[in-house]
Amino acid sequence: MENGDVNEKILSREERKQINKVACLSIIPGLGQFYNKQIIKGVIFIAIFFLLVCEMIFYGFEALQGLVSLGNIPREDHSLFLLIEGTIQVLIIVIYLIFMVAVMVDARKIAKKRIISPSTVTYSIKATAVSLYENGFPYLLTIPAYLVMILAIVFPVLVTIFIAFTNYNFHNIPPANLVDWVGFETFSSIFTLTTYRDTFFSVFSWTIIWTVAATTLQLIIGVFTALVLNQPHIRFNRFFGVIMLLPWAVPAFITILTFSNIFNPSVGAINTQVIPFFNQLIPFIDIPSISWKVDPFWTKIAIIMIQGWVGYPYIYVLTSGILQSIPKDWYEASVIDGASAIQKFRHITMPHIFAVAAPIFITQYTGNFNNFNLIYLFNEGGPGSIGSGAGSTDILISWIYKLTTGTSPQYNISAAVTLIISAIVITISMVIFSKTRAFEMED
Amino acid sequence: MRKSKKIRTQKLGRFWNKFFSYAYLMLMSVVIIYPLLITVTSAFRTGNIMAFDLNLSGPWSLNNFTRLFNDTLYGTWYLNTLKVAGITMVIQVAAITLAGYAYSRYRFTGRKQSIKFFLIIQMVPTTAALTAFYVMGLLVGGLNSHWFLTLIYIGGGIPMNTWLMKGYFDTVPLELDESAKLDGAGHLRTFWQIILPLVKPMLAVQALWAFMGPFGEYMLARFLLRTPELYTLATGLQTFINNPRDQRVTLFAAGAILIAIPICSLFFYLQKHFVSGLTAGGTKG
Repeated sequence: MENGDVNEKILSREERKQINKVACLSIIPGLGQFYNKQIIKGVIFIAIFFLLVCEMIFYGFEALQGLVSLGNIPREDHSLFLLIEGTIQVLIIVIYLIFMVAVMVDARKIAKKRIISPSTVTYSIKATAVSLYENGFPYLLTIPAYLVMILAIVFPVLVTIFIAFTNYNFHNIPPANLVDWVGFETFSSIFTLTTYRDTFFSVFSWTIIWTVAATTLQLIIGVFTALVLNQPHIRFNRFFGVIMLLPWAVPAFITILTFSNIFNPSVGAINTQVIPFFNQLIPFIDIPSISWKVDPFWTKIAIIMIQGWVGYPYIYVLTSGILQSIPKDWYEASVIDGASAIQKFRHITMPHIFAVAAPIFITQYTGNFNNFNLIYLFNEGGPGSIGSGAGSTDILISWIYKLTTGTSPQYNISAAVTLIISAIVITISMVIFSKTRAFEMED
Repeated sequence: MRKSKKIRTQKLGRFWNKFFSYAYLMLMSVVIIYPLLITVTSAFRTGNIMAFDLNLSGPWSLNNFTRLFNDTLYGTWYLNTLKVAGITMVIQVAAITLAGYAYSRYRFTGRKQSIKFFLIIQMVPTTAALTAFYVMGLLVGGLNSHWFLTLIYIGGGIPMNTWLMKGYFDTVPLELDESAKLDGAGHLRTFWQIILPLVKPMLAVQALWAFMGPFGEYMLARFLLRTPELYTLATGLQTFINNPRDQRVTLFAAGAILIAIPICSLFFYLQKHFVSGLTAGGTKG
């Protein structure tokens, strides 16, 4: 980049004008290449441009119109089809715009090259093909990943955004009814209609408590277990290491369903076996049966403990790896300086763990924020109901699921809540990623 | 005199440290093994029990396993899951390896922007886009079909894992590429014969993760697959245990074991590569 700027200053005013002219010509892709006398490239680019024009005439304009109107006649126009077709068209246009910018950049680069070092610019068919392969190879490699991502992520995200601004719910199911744009009405109804507002805020606050409590618990257990097992004097560490990994190795849905049964209030093992065992073991105490899965409070306690059980091995493995990478002489030096065990931990071990693992710790928080499996498989979000279809242990993601699959689906509310969740998760991740070095590139 | 006292307190401290360390490890082991042992033993128990508990008194039989394959759709579910997981694994690992290699080794126009795009898009909780999947599935006939579910599984894992893959490729020294190029190797040859063999451990880890994903995923499978014949294992096994009046816990336990044993074996076989895979991607920019 810097090199380019330096070169620009050497160029005369005339030459700079010429380069800008080429870039302007590229508004119609190919013209800039023709000006650079790269006929083959120009023909290819102009053909792509022509394809888009045809596509727009035969399909595109109508699709965009459909996206704007979402249909006029019930039963004849299917609003959802129109929405999807319009979304496809929006994607096509965005991809075309990216292509256009790339063509412009290319034309500018070649024009500059033609002035500075004309011998490096290629014109023949063969040379063009070779340079296309040489420069295009990395793009070729990324195409499969992008193709799947566009289909499975970008497109659904766009559709979700659009649906959040419509009135698509059980009142308006196409093709019998039309779906209409309603602007921010869906969002404002979440915050103003008392039924939705109360549900949203109680679900939201439990989601936050759940995320913080469960993730912190699994972090503490994970880090602590790693510290204990990595002490040099511990024997059988291999054996204990394998046991500590078991909760990760067994698929989580199996353990969650097992726990769901073990915590059954009337016949589950906790109430029929574990608590009586403690009552017998420790004299003078008599713990009554606990109403897991029936009482919201105890259900929440159980869910948080189970996530601690399921989630800590990942942290434990990660921390173990980091502990083994801390140079031994740091500790030796600190011993000579008279550091105590606690000081060693606070000033060497802890900072090192966090320096390496902080981004991964954060992904644990965002992961639990959307931990549908545990909430739904343990007790289907229950017990009880707190209105608008949510149970007392539902988090936002499981509420979305219920809004979409219930007997009176609220697709637009569900889409709006999805957007709110995404905004929260992305904001938190962005802040963290920009504070750590993930965004810094090596070049 | 003072010195021996110091040594004595040190010894005492070490004793308590050992005592609490082992006590903690024992306690954790019990807490981990208890529910797992309950599941394992229940699989071999006879008769219909309502709920799990630890009961080692027998009698034991393999009855539950035969019932599982004769009376339920378990075998079908297993094949469904293997199919979905296998396809997911092959396509996802191929896509992330190619893309990760491109981002690690080439400096092309738009690289920085697209890396940022990857980083941001991997934060989007795609599973939450249920409504969109429903509408899309409705229009392309993807509801109640495996291919649509597989597509979503593949796509969901790509951004994060491309990032991890790139991080791992970065640990392979660039000199190798340069000397390969000097020897006249082209793009494909350098990639296929020189670099790819060096990242095999990471490929194995990624393959395992991609394969394990569909085994554990419940929400999308439950949402998109409506007929029991098409269920995956997670959705199928849940039907054994979700009805309070019809708890088939011994069948569930038997089914769970047949899933857990192969997955656990693969897991422990590849376990030593996990840490390098995790930290390489997490720390290098």
